[in-house]
Amino acid sequence: MAEYHMTTPLSDEDVSKLEAGDIVYLSGTIYTARDAAHKRLVDLIEKGEELPFDLKGSVIYFVGPTPPKPGEPIGSAGPTTSYRMDSYSPILIKHGQKGMIGKGKRSQEVKDACKEHKAVYFGATGGAGALIAKAIKKAKVIAYEELGPEAVRELEVENFPVTVINDTKGNDLYEMGRAKYEVKD
Amino acid sequence: MREIAYDDLVKSVKAMVMHTASHLPEDALKAIEKAYEEEKSEVAKSVLKQILDNAQLAKSEDRPLCQDTGLAVYFINVGEDVKVVGGSIRDAINEATEQAYKEGYLRASTCDCFDRHNLKDEVGYNLPAVIHFDIVPGDKIEIEYAAKGGGSENVSRATVLAPAQGKPGIMNFVKQVISDAGPNPCPPIIVGVGIGGTFEVAAKSSKHALFREAGTPNPNPDLDAFEKELKEELNKLGIGAMGMGGTQTVLAVHIEKNPCHIASLPVSVNVQCHSSRHSHITL
Ligand code: SF4
Repeated sequence: MAEYHMTTPLSDEDVSKLEAGDIVYLSGTIYTARDAAHKRLVDLIEKGEELPFDLKGSVIYFVGPTPPKPGEPIGSAGPTTSYRMDSYSPILIKHGQKGMIGKGKRSQEVKDACKEHKAVYFGATGGAGALIAKAIKKAKVIAYEELGPEAVRELEVENFPVTVINDTKGNDLYEMGRAKYEVKD
Repeated sequence: MREIAYDDLVKSVKAMVMHTASHLPEDALKAIEKAYEEEKSEVAKSVLKQILDNAQLAKSEDRPLCQDTGLAVYFINVGEDVKVVGGSIRDAINEATEQAYKEGYLRASTCDCFDRHNLKDEVGYNLPAVIHFDIVPGDKIEIEYAAKGGGSENVSRATVLAPAQGKPGIMNFVKQVISDAGPNPCPPIIVGVGIGGTFEVAAKSSKHALFREAGTPNPNPDLDAFEKELKEELNKLGIGAMGMGGTQTVLAVHIEKNPCHIASLPVSVNVQCHSSRHSHITL
C-alpha cells in the first residue's frame, strides 16, 4: 500500500497510478452531493444543461454534514453510505468525474465505469465526522440550498485522508481485504 | 405519589442528549481500543486509530462524533408511584430532543417515508423521537437513550425460524446478516440479537440489547457462552474496520431472550456501528 498527496482536479494519469488499498491525502476543491442532488445533476446532463460545477476531473464527496456552529465552515462531515448513488455515478463518471468519496460497497456498474473511464472510488472513515471536518477549510453552498444537508457544497480541503477502494483496474479493497482475513472452517 | 416537574424532565433529558452526541461512552471506547491493539491488518488499524482520534477530538471540541446524529431512541421505565406534573412524559421527551438537536447543531434526520421531505418544520426538528415505554414498580423514571444512525439500522434484519433450526439456525442467520452487511454499517460493530417472543418482541429486544454496556457479561451463563461463540464466528468473516479486511469486525454480541410460541422461533438482528452513542439517567 502506497501513500500519495494529490490535488484536484484529478487527471487520468493521477487516478491510473492508484491501487486498491492506497492511502491518499486530497487537497483542493471537492463537491458534496447525496442522492437527491445526484438525481438533479443527472437530470441536467440528460437535458443537456449546464451543471453547477465542472465535472472534468472532479471529486464528489457523499456527505450530509451537521449544521456548522457559528464561525465554523462546516459541522461534522463523515461519509454516507454510497450505494444510494450507484445508479447515478456511472453517468457522472462518463462525463468526466474522476473520484468519489463515500463508504460501503458499490455496484458492478460503478466498478465497470471506473475501469472504462478511469475513475476511483475512495473510502473515508464512517463515523469520523469530527476528524474529517478538520480537513475542510472552507465550505460554500453552490446549488440546491433547499435540500438542506443534501445541498451541493464546494469544499476547500487540505490533506483529506481517504483509502482507495475501487481502482481503475477493477480491484475492490472490500473483497481483497476480506479474502485475506476470512477464516474458513 | 412522587412528582417530577415537566421542566426538570426536559432539562435533564436535553442535557443527556447533547452530551451523548459528542462523547463516546467509556464501554465503546474501551472496546475499540482493545480492537486496535488486537487488529492484525495495518489498513484496519489505521482506520481504528482514526476512530479513536475522532472520539478524542469530538470530546475536546464538543463536536458531533458523526454527521449522522441519528434518530433519538428511548427506552423508558416509568414507576407506578411517580407522575410528571405540568405536561406529559412523551411531550417532555420530544421537547428535550428537539431543543438538544437544535441547540447542539445536530442534524435533523426524520423524513416522510415516500416523498422523503424532512419533517423538521411540520413535526419538529428531528421529531418524533422513538419512545418505548414500560410501566414498572417504584417511584423512579429510568431513561435509556441512544442516537441511532441510519447506516447500521439499514442492514438490520428479522425473521421467524422453525423451532427445529435451534441455535445453529440462529447462528447461520446472524452470520448471513453480518456477512451481507459487509462494510456498510461502519464496522467494528456491536450486534444486538433478540431471540423469542413474538415477531415484534424479537425486534425490540434486539434493539434493547444494544443498550447494554459493551464488554459486560450476559447475566445468563448459557447466553453469555452463546454470545462469545457468535462473536468468534462473526470475526472469522474477516470484514474488519470499515470493511477493509481485518480480524476485528465485532466488538460485542448482546442477546436478549424471551419465551416464545411452541410453533415459532423469532430472531432479530439489530446492528450498532462503532459510534455507539448511548446514555441513561434515573430521575
Ligand atoms: S453507521 Fe454509525 S458511524 Fe457510520 S455514518 Fe452511520 S451513524 Fe455514523
